[in-house]
Amino acid sequence: MKKTHYSELWCSSPRFWGGLTFLAFIILLGLGATYYMEHQGHWVTGMSNQVVWGLPHVFAIFMIVAASGALNVASIGSVFGGPMYKPLGRFSALLAIGLLAGGLMVLVLDLGRPDRLVVAMTTFNLKSIFTWNILLYTGFFVIVGLYIWTMIDRKVNKYYQVTGYLAFFWRLVLTTGTGSIFGFLVAREAYDAAILAPMFIIMSFSFGLAFFIITLISAYWWAGRTLGELRLAKLKHLLGVFVGAVLYFSMVYHLTNLYITQHHGVERFILLDGGVYSLMFWLGHVLIGSIIPLFLIYSPAFASSRFAIGAASVLVLMGGFLQLYVIVIGGQAFPMNMFPGKEVVTSEFLDGVVASYIPTTAEGLLGIAGIAVAMTMVAVGSRMLKVLPENLEDPKDLEHA
Amino acid sequence: MSNKDDRPDMKRREFIGKTVLAAGAASVAPGVLLTVAKAGGESRGVSSDVRYGLLIDTNKCADDCTACVDACNRENGIDLVERPKGQSDDDWNAQRPQWIRKVQLKDKQTGEITNLPMMCQHCEFPPCVDVCPTGASFKRADGIVMVDRHTCIGCRYCMMACPYKARSFIHQNVAQQLVNAPRGKGCVESCNLCVHRIDAGDMTTACQEACEKDGHQAIVFGDLKDPDSKLAKLLKTKSSRQIRADLELNTGVRYTNV
Amino acid sequence: MPRSTGIKRFAGMLMAGLFATLATSAQSDSVVTPGSKAAGMDTCVAPTAEMRRYHMEYLKHDRVETVRQGVRGLKNSLADCVDCHAAKDGNGGYLSINADGQFCDRCHNYMAVTLACFQCHRKTPADQDASSAKTSTGNQGHAFGLLLDRGESAALTAEERAQFQALVREE
Repeated sequence: MKKTHYSELWCSSPRFWGGLTFLAFIILLGLGATYYMEHQGHWVTGMSNQVVWGLPHVFAIFMIVAASGALNVASIGSVFGGPMYKPLGRFSALLAIGLLAGGLMVLVLDLGRPDRLVVAMTTFNLKSIFTWNILLYTGFFVIVGLYIWTMIDRKVNKYYQVTGYLAFFWRLVLTTGTGSIFGFLVAREAYDAAILAPMFIIMSFSFGLAFFIITLISAYWWAGRTLGELRLAKLKHLLGVFVGAVLYFSMVYHLTNLYITQHHGVERFILLDGGVYSLMFWLGHVLIGSIIPLFLIYSPAFASSRFAIGAASVLVLMGGFLQLYVIVIGGQAFPMNMFPGKEVVTSEFLDGVVASYIPTTAEGLLGIAGIAVAMTMVAVGSRMLKVLPENLEDPKDLEHA
Repeated sequence: MSNKDDRPDMKRREFIGKTVLAAGAASVAPGVLLTVAKAGGESRGVSSDVRYGLLIDTNKCADDCTACVDACNRENGIDLVERPKGQSDDDWNAQRPQWIRKVQLKDKQTGEITNLPMMCQHCEFPPCVDVCPTGASFKRADGIVMVDRHTCIGCRYCMMACPYKARSFIHQNVAQQLVNAPRGKGCVESCNLCVHRIDAGDMTTACQEACEKDGHQAIVFGDLKDPDSKLAKLLKTKSSRQIRADLELNTGVRYTNV
Repeated sequence: MPRSTGIKRFAGMLMAGLFATLATSAQSDSVVTPGSKAAGMDTCVAPTAEMRRYHMEYLKHDRVETVRQGVRGLKNSLADCVDCHAAKDGNGGYLSINADGQFCDRCHNYMAVTLACFQCHRKTPADQDASSAKTSTGNQGHAFGLLLDRGESAALTAEERAQFQALVREE
């Protein structure tokens, strides 16, 4: 097999700087929105005492989940020994770091007191899943950073396998932690389920890979390098498996809930008469995020269409985002059942009624800025570091692949 | 050493100690301050020998009475929170702080109507304390669950975790506060059983006082651990229940006739 | 063992002396707001130079005691700062202590240090007849000789020492 040469992404300057300027503009908009929200207070957002986590949290969780998934390609290369994936390892790790940074930025900038970030980093309550996540995220940056180093620098290459395993293990724990943020909330019927943790892991596989495929295609188009069909087809089929798995987990989650009488209310709400949430579930998660992408991936009509692969990945991301929206916000909008067997006649605090949440532009801008931060880091990283192979032409001797 | 016995020269030690203490405490060691209560200081701090709680008799809770809510709003400066210009009615209701609220329930089967006030239930095992990343949400030794605003970062995870929706996030700038109820944008807060009264030796909360003054006597405040307290005696004789008893949080606020 | 203690003690004294000198040298003309309660008092709860340097540490220390352990009426209380240092506005009310040019603001502004206390805490003395002012008592001052008023001698009285030792034993 031919040796893989990596080099910095070196596309024409106007294209590179133009792209970066565009990203910087989006980030600036997001920072402006943050300043507005923090200066006025959260009353200018759609969030309230009823729906306490809103659109920024959906963005943040989406990116954090995708970050650990993006590392999968590298893990397949080093832990599971897939030679077709190995040249993609460096880029996969870079994308993982970028997505995590973007997601965390959104999370932090939405705090009521972002100025107290130092408090969050120095005062720990070790019983809190949140605290664990802070430690897991920090560890992820360090480990994946080392992982890239072992991949790039020949001198430390002997530690490549070890760091690869460590990173793989860490990413599993990290997504379990993210899923547990919700899974441990006994108070709310939509969340109190252990299956949320493994479900988040499989979601991370799917979203992360979709992100990876999109950025990979864009990077190679940006730099005018060649990307082999076979390699893309491999990624595509893997994505198909993951998308199917997410759909399966989602089904199991809702079916178990349907078995429990106590949870019939919340299931009815999500699946049937939750208005926008039911719509997002069926149209967003099931149709746009799962069925259409599966069709694009497996239909022979699109077997060699690069556009179909890209479109499928984008749809998976859109559907995944809506799926998280339903979990995070739909789960809060459904009223908590404090008094079983009773209906609430009046309450000054909106007990017993579906809470309304209408996201504002500012929240959306902050979330999109997070994605822009991730993309900027990936763009700058691949320009500065040797993460992308010069040529991803399909290998001639396919038997080895 | 010239000393015959090995006892140190106490006089000398005393002298040095004093000088160093005087100069040192003044300027060198601010981190190792002693706690010095003022001459007229009332309180020696909390103890786990007591656990404060409430018993609410819903039969006595009147239909259109909001005395407890009004009293709480006054006592804790919640009525000083101004509505931001341009905020809609719905948003104001969903976003303003509320420590105690009146709820009216109707039994789905029998149609029986129940009135009750809901507030922080002061759990023995509070989920909000478990999930708080910085430990700002905490339980005092005497069972009162509250927020240390100094370390609250406003992540709202406690609000996600609370089964009673007892907590409020401050969504706007607050211009006026009371000395006993600091409040500002970006932190979470909730009922603290009028902790400033308890620390001052008062054995009543604003809500209980107001309810009694209105002649309803639906709220009883007291020490759950003191078998001679009115609260403990009532709890022993009447059948009461915790809201969401299935979560086994062992709440400090109990209800009868729900 | 005794020898090393002696050296430590010597070093400690040296340091203490150094800091004491530094602290004194930082003292200058009064910045206390004319017309405030503080203007009519001899000294704050500790000498001025010390208060300037360490007021934030003192407040931080006592706030933990108060919030977490419910110990009220401590020597260092933010409410007392406000009570003494807030200026009257001329109409029977008070000016916010953190308002432009007021006691807290003037120094914090000059030093470019963010003043976060009053994002949540009350900025004017509490209305004395309001029921909410129950626990805010007047400044009774401190009985310990550790934190000296100007002109007081550094010696502890026998009574103070007993009190101090009792406290230490308790800890």
